[in-house]
Amino acid sequence: MNQQNIPIIEITNLNKWFDNFHVLKNINMTVHKGEIIVICGPSGSGKSTLIRCINRIEEHQKGKIIVAGTELTGKMKNIASVRKEVGMVFQDFDLFPHLTVLENLTLAPAWILKMPRKKAEETAMALLKRVQIHDQAFKMPGQLSGGQQQRVAIARALCMNPKIMLFDEPTSALDPEMVKEVLDVIRQLAHDGMTMICVTHEMGFAKQVANRILFMDQGEIVEENNPETFFTSPKYDRTQKFLSQII
Amino acid sequence: MTISPDASKELHVFKPMPDLPAPLESVGIIGWLKGNLFSSKINSLLTFAALLFLWKAVPPLISWTIIDATWSLSSTPDPTPKTGACWTFIFVKFRVLMVGLYPQELLWRPILAFVIFGVVCVLTALRRLQTRLLIALWFFLPLPLFFLINGGIGLEIVEQSLWGGLMLSTGLAAIGIIMSIPLGILLALGRRSNMVIVKSLCIGIIESIRGVPLITILFMASVMLPIFLPRGMNINNLLRVQIGIILFSSAYIAEVVRGGLQAISQGQIEAAASIGLKNWTITYFIVLPQALRHVIPSLIGRCVALFKDTSLVIIVGLLDFLGMIKASAQDPEWLGYDAEAYVFCALIYWIICFSMSQYGKSIEHRNQWS
Repeated sequence: MNQQNIPIIEITNLNKWFDNFHVLKNINMTVHKGEIIVICGPSGSGKSTLIRCINRIEEHQKGKIIVAGTELTGKMKNIASVRKEVGMVFQDFDLFPHLTVLENLTLAPAWILKMPRKKAEETAMALLKRVQIHDQAFKMPGQLSGGQQQRVAIARALCMNPKIMLFDEPTSALDPEMVKEVLDVIRQLAHDGMTMICVTHEMGFAKQVANRILFMDQGEIVEENNPETFFTSPKYDRTQKFLSQII
Repeated sequence: MTISPDASKELHVFKPMPDLPAPLESVGIIGWLKGNLFSSKINSLLTFAALLFLWKAVPPLISWTIIDATWSLSSTPDPTPKTGACWTFIFVKFRVLMVGLYPQELLWRPILAFVIFGVVCVLTALRRLQTRLLIALWFFLPLPLFFLINGGIGLEIVEQSLWGGLMLSTGLAAIGIIMSIPLGILLALGRRSNMVIVKSLCIGIIESIRGVPLITILFMASVMLPIFLPRGMNINNLLRVQIGIILFSSAYIAEVVRGGLQAISQGQIEAAASIGLKNWTITYFIVLPQALRHVIPSLIGRCVALFKDTSLVIIVGLLDFLGMIKASAQDPEWLGYDAEAYVFCALIYWIICFSMSQYGKSIEHRNQWS
C-alpha cells in the first residue's frame, strides 16, 4: 500500500444547513488513495449528507471539499469532473426502471464520454461479470431481486470508471438473505484497491474491511479510529453507547 | 454470522409440500360466474335486472338498425317508409359528411390523404416501426397531407371555406394532438423549472388558458384576434381556430404531464446525476420517459377529449363532422332523418375514440417494466 499517503479527498471546515438546521458541523477529514472508510452513527447524525456532499448531490454552504484535485464549487465544470471520478451506490438502488440492466450501464458512457455503443456495451458486460450478474443483462431491473438490483447499481456506479466509490447504506433495504452477496461484491472492490467511503450498520463488515471507522453524531465526527481500537476500546462514551445498542 | 452445522446431531431434511389443484368452484367458468355475477344476493339481483334490460332493449335496436332498415342506394327518400332506419340518407349525404363541400372532381385528393393517414394509423397500431421513427413520421405527416388537401405546389388550390366533415374534425384533432403534446411537455417542464421567470410565465399561460372554456378561446381566436392584428396582417380563420385548439389542449396536457413528473422520485434524479448525466440528459433519458409512461391513460384521455372538442368549431362557422350531420338533418328534401344522422355520428365518433383508447391500453401494457 504505497499509495496510502496520497490524499484523494480533503474536507476542511465543512458546514451545511438544511434551512436553519445545522446538519454538518465543522467536518474535517482526509481520505487517502486506496483507503476504505466506514462511517457509522445513529440516524439523523449527518452521515449520508456528508457523503452526498462529496459528489455534490447535496450543496455545502461553508468549508472546502477537494476531490481528486478539483474543488467543489458552484462551477458546473468542476462538479462534472468530480462526478466523473466518484461513483455512488444508494440505499434504494435507484436503477432506472424503464431501461434494461445493460442500458442502465451504457447510458452515461455513451452520452457523457461519447463512447461508441459497442464499446460501451462491452465495458458494461465486463462490469456485470465483475458483479456476477451478466446473465441478467437484458432484463428490466424490476425483474431482479433486491440483492441483484444492488449489484447492478454497483456496476452502474463503476461504469464511468471512478477512482472513488461512495456507498450510502447499501444493504439497509435488502432482505437478510441478500445482504451477503452485496457485501461480497463490495469486499471484492476493496480487495482490488478502490478508494471507498461506506455508510453502513454492518459492523461485522466494517471490522473486516475498513481501514478507519468514523463515528458521527449530531452532525459531528465524534470519533475516528482503526477498527480494532474502535470496537474494543472506543474513546468516547457516546461511541460506546452506540456500539452497545447495535451489537 | 453463519450457523455452523452441529456435527453431533443429524439435520432433518426440509421437503416442500407439492402444489394441490385449486378447488373447482373457485376457478374456471363456474368460478368466474360465481365470483363476478352471483357473488352476493344483491349482485345476483343486479345480474338478472341487467339480463332483463338487455332482453327488452337489444332486439328492437337490432330490428331498427338492421332488419327493418332501408339499405337502398337511391338518391331520393323512400316514398313508402318502413319502421326501421333509412340508411339511404347516410349514403346520399356520405360525401358531405366526410369532406364537406370539397369539389367533386378533386375528391381523389382527400381520399388519398385519408388512405395515407389510415396507413400511418395502422402502422402505429401494429407497432411495426421504431418509436423514434414513428414520432418523426407523425410530426412530418401533417405537411404533405395539408398540401394534398389545400393545393399549392402545382395542385389547384381549394378554398378552406369548402373544407368540412370528418376530414376537418380529424385534421383539427390530429394536428392539435401532434402539436399540443410537445408544447404541453415544455409547459410542464417550465412550470417545474428553477428559473422564476420561466416558471411564472408557464404558470400564467397554463392557468389563464385553463380558466377559460374552449368556446371562448375559439371565439376569441376567430372574432377578436383579427381586431387586434395590425392592418394588412391576415391569418386565416382555420389556422386561428387550430392555434386556439392547440393552446387549449397543451395547457391541459401540461397539467397531466406535471402529475407524471411529480411521481418521479428525487432518487432517480440523484442517481442519474451521480453517474455524470447533466440536466437536460437527465430530463430526456430518465425523467420524461418514466413520467410519460405514468400518465399514458390520462394523456390518451386528453386526446380523446380533444377529438370530441373539435365539434365546438361550429360556433365560429366551420362545419366539422357534427356540423355536417346537423346541416344534413335539416336538409328540406330529407326531413325527419335526425335519428339516422345522430346514430351514424355517434357510431363514427365511438369507433375513433374507442380505437384511441385501445391503442392507449396497448402501449400501457407494453410499457410495464417488470
